[in-house]
Amino acid sequence: MKILIAGDGKVGMSLTRKLSNEGHDLTLIDKDGDVIESIVEHYDVMVVQGNCASVDVLKHAGVMKADLLIAATSADEINLLCCMTAHGLNPNIHTIARIRNPEYDQQVYAMRELFALSMAFNPEKQAAQECERLLKYPGFLKRDTFAKGRVEIVELRVLPDSKLKDVALNDLGDVVKCQILVCAVSRDGEAVIPGGDFILKEGDRIYVTATSHNLTVLLANLGIITHRAKNIIMCGGGHISYYLAERLLKSGIKITMIENSKERCEELATLLPSVDVVYGDGSNQELLESVGIDSCDALLTMMGFDEMNMIISLYGQRCKVPQIITKVDHTENRTIQDSLSLGSVICAKELSCDIIVRYVRAMQNKTGSALSIHGIADGQIEALEFKIDSKALHCKEPLKKLKIKKNVLLSCITHHSKTELAYGDSVFEQGDTVVVVTNQGTVLRQFNDIFES
Amino acid sequence: MNYKMMGRFISRTLMVEVVFMTPALCISLFLNEKNSYMGFILSMIITLAFASILYFFTQYAEHKFYAREGLVCVSLSWVIMSIFGALPFYISGEIPSFLDALFEIVSGFTTTGSSILPEVESLSRGILYWRSFSHWLGGMGVLVFLLAIVPKNEQNSGFTMHILRAESPGPNVGKLVPRMGRTAQILYLLYIMLTAINFAFLMFGGMPIFDAVCTAMGTAGTGGFGIKNDSIASYSPYIQNVCTVFMLLFGVNFNCYYLLTLKQIKSVFKDEELRLYLGIVAGSILLMTINVRGMYDSLSETVRHVAFQTATIITTTGFASTDFDLWPSFSKAILGCLMVIGACAGSTGGGFKCGRALLIIKSLKRNIRKILSPKKVQVVRSNGVGVSEKVIDNTNAYLSAYVVIIIISFLMISLDGHSLTTNFSAVLACFNNIGPGFDLVGPTCNFSIFSPLSKIVLIVDMLAGRLEIFPVLILFSKATWRK
Repeated sequence: MKILIAGDGKVGMSLTRKLSNEGHDLTLIDKDGDVIESIVEHYDVMVVQGNCASVDVLKHAGVMKADLLIAATSADEINLLCCMTAHGLNPNIHTIARIRNPEYDQQVYAMRELFALSMAFNPEKQAAQECERLLKYPGFLKRDTFAKGRVEIVELRVLPDSKLKDVALNDLGDVVKCQILVCAVSRDGEAVIPGGDFILKEGDRIYVTATSHNLTVLLANLGIITHRAKNIIMCGGGHISYYLAERLLKSGIKITMIENSKERCEELATLLPSVDVVYGDGSNQELLESVGIDSCDALLTMMGFDEMNMIISLYGQRCKVPQIITKVDHTENRTIQDSLSLGSVICAKELSCDIIVRYVRAMQNKTGSALSIHGIADGQIEALEFKIDSKALHCKEPLKKLKIKKNVLLSCITHHSKTELAYGDSVFEQGDTVVVVTNQGTVLRQFNDIFES
Repeated sequence: MNYKMMGRFISRTLMVEVVFMTPALCISLFLNEKNSYMGFILSMIITLAFASILYFFTQYAEHKFYAREGLVCVSLSWVIMSIFGALPFYISGEIPSFLDALFEIVSGFTTTGSSILPEVESLSRGILYWRSFSHWLGGMGVLVFLLAIVPKNEQNSGFTMHILRAESPGPNVGKLVPRMGRTAQILYLLYIMLTAINFAFLMFGGMPIFDAVCTAMGTAGTGGFGIKNDSIASYSPYIQNVCTVFMLLFGVNFNCYYLLTLKQIKSVFKDEELRLYLGIVAGSILLMTINVRGMYDSLSETVRHVAFQTATIITTTGFASTDFDLWPSFSKAILGCLMVIGACAGSTGGGFKCGRALLIIKSLKRNIRKILSPKKVQVVRSNGVGVSEKVIDNTNAYLSAYVVIIIISFLMISLDGHSLTTNFSAVLACFNNIGPGFDLVGPTCNFSIFSPLSKIVLIVDMLAGRLEIFPVLILFSKATWRK
């Protein structure tokens, strides 16, 4: 497909990497010459320098023949204008715009109708939703649900005193005494889909598939304490913090927010009356102690600098805060992030990328595309949910007889309302949903792509 | 430096080269030319063996690839490709000295067309074909061909851009479409189509099929190896005119042809570089026609020869229809200038390139105005769009490198003791990938008079000229090889 990406910030860059890997023809528009130059050095794409909302620039970038436009510049208004202009020039184009100003949040649906947007995305809001989910179901570093919440993929870290340390995956069932499947392991920043003889080591981050019930058993057997956070400290009062606070207040959680801009503090205090807004530097240890870091249930570091967030999170770890969520924008330094215990790491751009990639794949094939796509292990591994339709091959054949591609793992099958982990004897039939895990290099556009051709 | 990835690229280049030797081998087999088919078979076996060993050792290469690797990779590929490409000449015994064989094939791949052979008609057909085919392959670039055929999953990263930049002539190389592979395919498709049309026109003029194929390929790559001792002179006026037109066509930026297929005719003819190129051609023809009048029987013959010489020199092809060394010195001076200017950027021709000349003149004009009104902000424009200072700096740097290389090469080959004109025009002819120069290296003479050292200097000049200097220069830089 021919895709235009306007604005090449963090989201634009991630999208470029993913969509270029999937074989789409990309044209990037940015007004910064240096950005343009570096992108050409790294990716096989075409670039156009200029204002993405101008008709000339859009035409030059080939809007007339493009299938999709993704506007992800830093200004919502430009994104909207860009999509509207493109739509005016080429009525067949699909448009996706980033709208992230909370003031427009209420009217996003109306705007989609008015301006003929195919989709609007808000990375900060998605990050806030993700944080909320993590806070509601503590115990895991990351949690993605499939099959209407019946199956989950969760992230766990193998700690020095963990029962999982030095266990081969084949013996895992005996150790944890419940049915789980390790579908991916991230070690030193490298994510792999492991085989049965893979031995877990200290510091690994593992991704476990199981039904919700089994996960509760798993937590109990591993001795991980889980109680919902009641008292939260947030460092940084940006958009994510705002969206999150707004959501959490409904469930009566006590929130302390530290922000180092006086103006923003006042703004936040006005918008969120029941939040304790503290004016000060979130990286100041004394300040953190004075707001009660020792007694809080969760620490969220949501400041603008990754380094700052990491350091505060490490300090939180020292103070034995039960749950820590760290916001990281640059996922390039995986090796470093993996070696630190930063708790759950969330990355707004990756979350947005996942839904856009899903949209693109769905555009490409009207039938048989994935119901949902979740990037796990910093986007190195993808978990996809497929519905088995009438076109699916090999229905009712045991998995052990099928030739499935290397680096593809069929992890579980939901038949009617019953979910089971996939073993050699398992079969899938029409109407089931399945969850498939694969690495970044293998692109699964539809279910049948999992089979060796 | 990612040596493994570079090794893999080079091994692929060699494999492509082996495939491209096959037609020449078939011709030799068909005509039962024993020496030459043995030469091809042995060369292909040696090249394939080397490529396979290289491929075997570089199987698990990492994909990290930066500008430095791209440049080094391109120039190394050209050097190694030339060494293996010279094997058929050497093994078949048709060119007994390996250095001469190397000179001949480098002259072929770089589309220079300078030959060390006193006479070519005694060569076997297979070898003649390989000589002409090397022009065609070198014209658009072997690595660009490789980019057109590499599987999709390997073109993900941007490194392909470094290769296109290093191998395609011109100051600012861009893609036609988002995917590099597709861009390379389009370029080759246009190239093949134009070559085929050229071939058809030559056939229509009654040229024998083998001659037409070789001439069309020599024209397409703006190379200039003829298969007759007197190049194109003995063919009919019609064929000479066809050659003139097609040489000029292959000297035009290929982006223009792509735009024509998109029916953007206006923007093509508004292109300043194309206008300059056509203007120079028209002006030179006019001036030289006045200057050489009386040397030929009729006005039409004069115009025909003048137009042919203009085309052959400005596009850096190097065919000859008459001995321009006998022309008056004003005409020779014009030809000398044309040698330096060269064809358009993004064409198969060599030289300094019209586009660069245009930028240099404009920035010069700007600097003069700046002296007059220092505070005024002045931007250099090309096709109505402002040109960034970086591009102007690069062009100025290119000019400096260009001049420095000419001076050094000129000094080095002057050791042989030939006349000043011979030495200087030999350097110009090789460095700008033209072919013939003046005096002892004029259109009726050849380069066999030079010593081995001079030949090596000229080989480096040809490569530097074809790859636009910097990729070759960085091979000699210490910083490139530092770990």
